[in-house]
Amino acid sequence: MKTMTILKALFNLFSVLLIIGFCQQPAIAKEVIKIALAGPLTGSYAQFGAQLEKGARLAVKHLNQKGGIMGKQVELIPGDDACDPKQARAVANNLVNQNVVAVIGHFCSSSTIPASEVYAEEQILQITPASTNPKVTERNINTLLRTCGRDDQQGAAAAEYIARKLKAKRVAIIHDKTTYGQGLADEARKSLRSLGIQEALYEGISIGDKDYSALVSKIKKADVELIYFGGLHAEAALIVRQTRDQGVKALFMSGDGIVDKAFADVAGTASEGVLMTFQADPRKTPAAQEVVNEFKQKEQYDPEGYTLVSYATVQVLAETYNKINSTNSIKAAQYMKSHVFDTVIGVIRFDAKGDLSTSPYVIYRWHNGTYAEITN
Amino acid sequence: MYFLQQCINGLTLGSIYALIAIGYTMVYGILGMINFAHGEIYMIGAYLGIIVIGLAGVFGITSTPVALMLAISLAVAITSAYGWTMEKIAYHPLRNAPRLAPLISAIGMSIFFQNFVQIGQGAKDLALPPLIQGGFAIGDPAGFQIRFSHVQLLLIVVTVVVMAGLTLFIKGTKIGMAMRATEQDRGMAALLGINPDRTISQTFIIGSGLAALAGVLVSLHYGLVNFSIGFLAGIKAFTAAVLGGIGSIPGAMLGGLLLGMIEALASAYFTTEYKDVFAFGILAAVLIFKPNGLLGHNYVEKV
Repeated sequence: MKTMTILKALFNLFSVLLIIGFCQQPAIAKEVIKIALAGPLTGSYAQFGAQLEKGARLAVKHLNQKGGIMGKQVELIPGDDACDPKQARAVANNLVNQNVVAVIGHFCSSSTIPASEVYAEEQILQITPASTNPKVTERNINTLLRTCGRDDQQGAAAAEYIARKLKAKRVAIIHDKTTYGQGLADEARKSLRSLGIQEALYEGISIGDKDYSALVSKIKKADVELIYFGGLHAEAALIVRQTRDQGVKALFMSGDGIVDKAFADVAGTASEGVLMTFQADPRKTPAAQEVVNEFKQKEQYDPEGYTLVSYATVQVLAETYNKINSTNSIKAAQYMKSHVFDTVIGVIRFDAKGDLSTSPYVIYRWHNGTYAEITN
Repeated sequence: MYFLQQCINGLTLGSIYALIAIGYTMVYGILGMINFAHGEIYMIGAYLGIIVIGLAGVFGITSTPVALMLAISLAVAITSAYGWTMEKIAYHPLRNAPRLAPLISAIGMSIFFQNFVQIGQGAKDLALPPLIQGGFAIGDPAGFQIRFSHVQLLLIVVTVVVMAGLTLFIKGTKIGMAMRATEQDRGMAALLGINPDRTISQTFIIGSGLAALAGVLVSLHYGLVNFSIGFLAGIKAFTAAVLGGIGSIPGAMLGGLLLGMIEALASAYFTTEYKDVFAFGILAAVLIFKPNGLLGHNYVEKV
């Protein structure tokens, strides 16, 4: 009998808690505007997910301090796709069910493209700060924009540098068979060919492999002056390390997929002299100084790679919503494409497709475990 | 020269596969089940290796051989404990259950270990700067020069020594004899005074220890681990075990080396993109003509 009373009391307690819980949720939901951040928060490319998340999180914090969007506070909802196309779709559906008004992301083009179909169907605004594959904005989705460059621009910038500045004749092109990696490698190959350089070797690797020694020996046999790699930092670091282990001295060049210090952590001394294309360093713009300092002092974090681009994306979103005073995705996208935005990474202007109106790419060189623009 | 370099590449890769494959094959031989969590055991070994080497640095052990020995012995010991615990938790209670049950609990263990390490160590890659550098260069520096790094040599030598030691151990010692007896007929072995539970535990300990050894050597060689490396390595090692004849220890060694060589030579003379196609194609061909693998036993099923 006594146990029954205790059980009853417990039951009552739980019911009360449940009721409180139910009451609170809708009360909060009314107040906030939800913006999603999707990217690889776990897995081999979690570094990039962290870049996007840190940038967006600080931007949202600053935004909320200034009054949020249309007077409401903004909540950032993270979504983890692990750069896996299947998971990206699932995450997209999940975010849609959480009633987000806009999505910042994803990171990998191979995730952005399948996820964008979900968002387009639900007319949710999507801005990717990092997916550079040309196809992303070539599919007539009018609620999809990006705050980064395109791989046809990036490949051309790399090819230009290889042909004009380095005057390399023998080039090996390696890619990781993903939408981004192969896309970038193919654009670079196209541009190189138009500049009169026929590649000496063109090979695809498998993501997740650790041993590339057979490929490296093949590169050694081909006796190239430069290895161009389309892919991400985990594979790039292993390849460049194994290249040096086998005594290959060819230059190594890649794209924005290696713009994280984790690349140098794994590659070690082999990262010395590696070339890279990326947009002009956002940390150097005068508008970014305050944010850069806050990152460095309060979070002991160097806002490298896409961190500030992600921050800027939140700024673009907030400014648009506040100006049109609505979260209608079509109206917002139209506003973005017809206005100029002053952000931490400088002035942003979109073209009719939703791409940046100018190619942002410059050449970087890795030195002492970090990267800097090549000045000349 | 080019061929020789590719053979070295293939042997290095094959040694790793062989070390992991032994764990699969030993467990299969005794329990008749595939331990799908074995790849994760290897991953845990790799993590422990990096952690111990890092800690050794913190405690001021700067001598590479000492740090390495410490890493190997601690990683092997702790990982063996993981293997033993895994057997006690996930497989021992299911000893007489239908075959599907331990298989599913193995997959469960695999998912558990992955998430366990992900939560404990973070989702990011863990990197290890190269500890052992340098190597031998053979041939004309102007032409194609063969490079054989010290780490590669270490990997191959360790594998050969361990394999030889294991073979002697299985052949000569009492534990080895008990293992062979349990493998042939568990019930009969129990009647003759062998404790099959203890023998099975020993099998898991040895298999896990070898996987940990492979893990430490791999993190030394490639310098990169994350919580998901066990999956791919597990699949490859399992393939190697099947190729050589699952249940047979020399078969696992042969299968591992063969798989490594096939991958290296396929990407050397055809294309890197299709090296896995070659590896699995040859596996399929072998299984068509020798369904028990290259060195597998042919047990007659008694009806």
